[in-house]
Amino acid sequence: MPREERVPREEREEGAGASPGRAGAGDASGGVPAYVQADTYELTVNGTRRAVEDAWLGESLLFVLRERLGLSGSKNACEQGECGSCSVLLDGVVVCACLVLGVDAIGSRVETVEGLSAAGDVADIQAALVDAGGVQCGFCTPGFVVAVHDLLRRVPGADEMAVREALSGNLCRCTGYGRILEAVRDVQRSRAGSDGGHGAGA
Amino acid sequence: MPAPSGTGIAERVAVGQVADRVGASAARPDGAQKTRGEFAFSSDLWMDAMLWGKTLRSPHVAARIRSIDTRPALATPGVRAVVTAADVPGRPTFGLEVPDQPVFASDLVRYHGEPLAAVAADHPETARAAAMAIVVDYEPLVPLVDPDVALEAAPIHPDGNVFRHLVIRHGDPGATGDVVVEGTYEVGMQDQAFLGPESGLAVPAEDGGVDLYVATQWLHVDRDQIAASLGLPVERVRLYLAGVGGAFGGREDVSLQIHLCMLALRTGRPVKMVYSRDESFFGHVHRHPARMWYRHHATRGGDLVKVEARIVIDGGAYLSSSNAVISNATCFAPGPYRVPNAFIEGYAARTNNPPCGAMRGFGAVQACYGHEAQMDKLAAVLSMDPVALRLRNALERYDRLVTGQVLTGAAPVREVILAAASHPLPPPADPGGSILALPGGAGATAGPGDVRRGVGFAVSFKNVAYSEGFDDFATARLRLETGVDHEPVATVTVATAEVGQGFVTLAQQIVREELGVRRVVLAPASTVDVGSAGSSSASRQTWMSGGALQLACSTLRAELLVRAAELWECAASQCVFDEGEVVQAATGERLSVQDLLSPAPLETEQEFHHRPTKALDADGQGDAHVSFMFAAHRAVVDVDPDLGLLRVVQVATGQDIGKAINPVQVTGQIEGGIAQGIGLAVMEEIVVTEGRVRNPSFTDYLLPTILDMPEVLATVIEEPEPDAPYGAKGVGEPPTISSGPAVLAAIRDATGLPLTRAPVRPEDIALSHGETT
Repeated sequence: MPREERVPREEREEGAGASPGRAGAGDASGGVPAYVQADTYELTVNGTRRAVEDAWLGESLLFVLRERLGLSGSKNACEQGECGSCSVLLDGVVVCACLVLGVDAIGSRVETVEGLSAAGDVADIQAALVDAGGVQCGFCTPGFVVAVHDLLRRVPGADEMAVREALSGNLCRCTGYGRILEAVRDVQRSRAGSDGGHGAGA
Repeated sequence: MPAPSGTGIAERVAVGQVADRVGASAARPDGAQKTRGEFAFSSDLWMDAMLWGKTLRSPHVAARIRSIDTRPALATPGVRAVVTAADVPGRPTFGLEVPDQPVFASDLVRYHGEPLAAVAADHPETARAAAMAIVVDYEPLVPLVDPDVALEAAPIHPDGNVFRHLVIRHGDPGATGDVVVEGTYEVGMQDQAFLGPESGLAVPAEDGGVDLYVATQWLHVDRDQIAASLGLPVERVRLYLAGVGGAFGGREDVSLQIHLCMLALRTGRPVKMVYSRDESFFGHVHRHPARMWYRHHATRGGDLVKVEARIVIDGGAYLSSSNAVISNATCFAPGPYRVPNAFIEGYAARTNNPPCGAMRGFGAVQACYGHEAQMDKLAAVLSMDPVALRLRNALERYDRLVTGQVLTGAAPVREVILAAASHPLPPPADPGGSILALPGGAGATAGPGDVRRGVGFAVSFKNVAYSEGFDDFATARLRLETGVDHEPVATVTVATAEVGQGFVTLAQQIVREELGVRRVVLAPASTVDVGSAGSSSASRQTWMSGGALQLACSTLRAELLVRAAELWECAASQCVFDEGEVVQAATGERLSVQDLLSPAPLETEQEFHHRPTKALDADGQGDAHVSFMFAAHRAVVDVDPDLGLLRVVQVATGQDIGKAINPVQVTGQIEGGIAQGIGLAVMEEIVVTEGRVRNPSFTDYLLPTILDMPEVLATVIEEPEPDAPYGAKGVGEPPTISSGPAVLAAIRDATGLPLTRAPVRPEDIALSHGETT
């Protein structure tokens, strides 16, 4: 398969074929189960208004983000609110995107790992996770980035037990959490050592 | 047709530091992408006009299928295809070792959740609803669920109910000891519970074949099974490794691969399938439950005289890798001790329970729960310290195993035991500390005064790579050329499945070590561009794919020397490789790699085989294994015996690894492996009642969270393994083997209860405790 034919992610998010999950344009069903209600609505994701077109109302926010808006950074490990892989911020509060209906996010601010990354708010968390060895398969990692970000902006000096409690909704099957804890400590140390403004209130 | 979007299947280019060589804690080349959510896992792939696949699975454990009516599904708007057993173009069955498992059940259902049909539709919800609309007329049968009964029962499959019966007879069968201890033990069914669900995208190709992007552990063996069932030559079935969200053995077997390819070929469109977590529990094999009987004989001084054991593992409905799992359980049944006489029987049984196969530790885990409980019993009877008893009997280099094989490689068993034992113990529980530190945690149920602390110890060993005469090899292709910036670029092409273990990091370190090249590109792993790498299992890829890559590097290094010698008009033997340059020994003249690449790039493909192993004979004797890894664990556990609640406070370990190629990654393997060991000891079990899986969700199947994980203190023992590249044995499995048995021993120590079953459930402690007090 020629490599030049690969569609770079940026193109697919902004280009014409920008609604992953929608089947071929000629399909009468429009990619929605025939027996259920579909609608078009708008979400505010990472500061941008995004149209969700002709979507089944039963779709979770996670599905909408991943399959309709091309934001697959939020992961789908359990889709039952147990693993935290799909953690996003909804009006600034961490939620499992799998437990929120897409339509329930209308009128709210949705921030995903992609948005936090682009804004640079989590760069030190991301670097620390890589450097400390907190990333193995990486499926849980975006969820941890969101959860750690949320914790450290609320409680920058959280002690170890508070860190463990705050992250106990995020499952990791590879690391045993040791290197993730190490990464959180590294970020806390470096933020405490800087001017103190880094990440605060981000 | 273009490839699906996603960086997970693209090249991983890393401009590292030359210092990131073997022995350095180099960072993962895919790490940054993974933290940003940009790394495409198999569930993230996407193509224009793609369809969604869904499997129909049996609600019955055992049943005769009278009829399957797919018409209601086909009549559902948005449905593009429905396939059943009748549509399998080639071999109707598949399997890792023996193709005994139907692609789709057609006449008989042999386990709860066996696939019967698959649907492709425009939307996943349409596919799900259509699959549910398929009408299957079942005649339920009485399931065969007891493995001991199954060994003697009427066969439930044409291949019979005994997958394998293995006997090890060693030394004098009549030998007896001054003291004898006996026990029976049980291990429950553990799930790999990788977080990335089974998923993939199949794309029909112009040549009538199919391109499959999938998360797996071994691309080539998947391809061979898929091609056989599709009735296609292997060249027309091309597999590309999509981002793998963990594996731990659970992706060794084919799950959705054949279904997905059938749907793509039937519809002529790309089809994506992603298992829900519920379906994932039905879609892959699990760790075998085991029943074990042991009798140990020893002298009054504490020397082991004989080990007798009978181990029965429940393989479930189909073979998978049960034959190799029971071989490991049997071979490693005595633990890493000198045992002059042994009689050990291993059975793997077919039942109507869920199929079981590979999981991290692979047979050695189950046996370890037995042999380590026995060692503690023996220590108690002899009034010996449990650690001293283990040290007294610890295997040493050139000792003979119960299979007759002599340990010719590194065997630092004493060292791992002493390392684990010499870590500092944790301070006593702080009565005024956080309730989260108490058994029961946030439930705030345990009173600090009721908590008892116990300490337990366990030791284990396991083989690296494949055994019993299997021709185990890996392939690596390496290309050296001058990049656009005139810097040399090394491109590594391997089919090695990166499942999270970090081989991608090691590959770059190996090339930097061998060639001093800074810029190392990892080409996508596929069946198209390179030969098989073997499986990312059995702790083997550092040794095997690492060995193939090292061989490829040394081949190109030799060619660089030849090129230099031609330029200098001297003998190649007069040239040496030094810090990424070739030096003429006599003159001290130097040529850089880029100088030598200017005439033409260099490329090689190398296959690396480990030392041949042999089959076990009728008495279970033979040099069946290539190498062994040893580990010891000491666990400290706090228990509230009235409530049966507990908290693992600390695990200390010593592990024999040969050589740490990447120390941070080694630590990650040790900590992660211990988490899975603790999980099996105290919380993880697929509950199966009369063949029915009762808890297929992360709500009901509990995984250790960050609050459950204790402090881990690890010492690695780096005694180089003579045969292994860089002297490095594997790292991944040993942490999962004896960590759990150490935890169980600590709970026994705290409670005084026998606790012969893993995982320990609250009622095992609380109800028994009530009886004894």
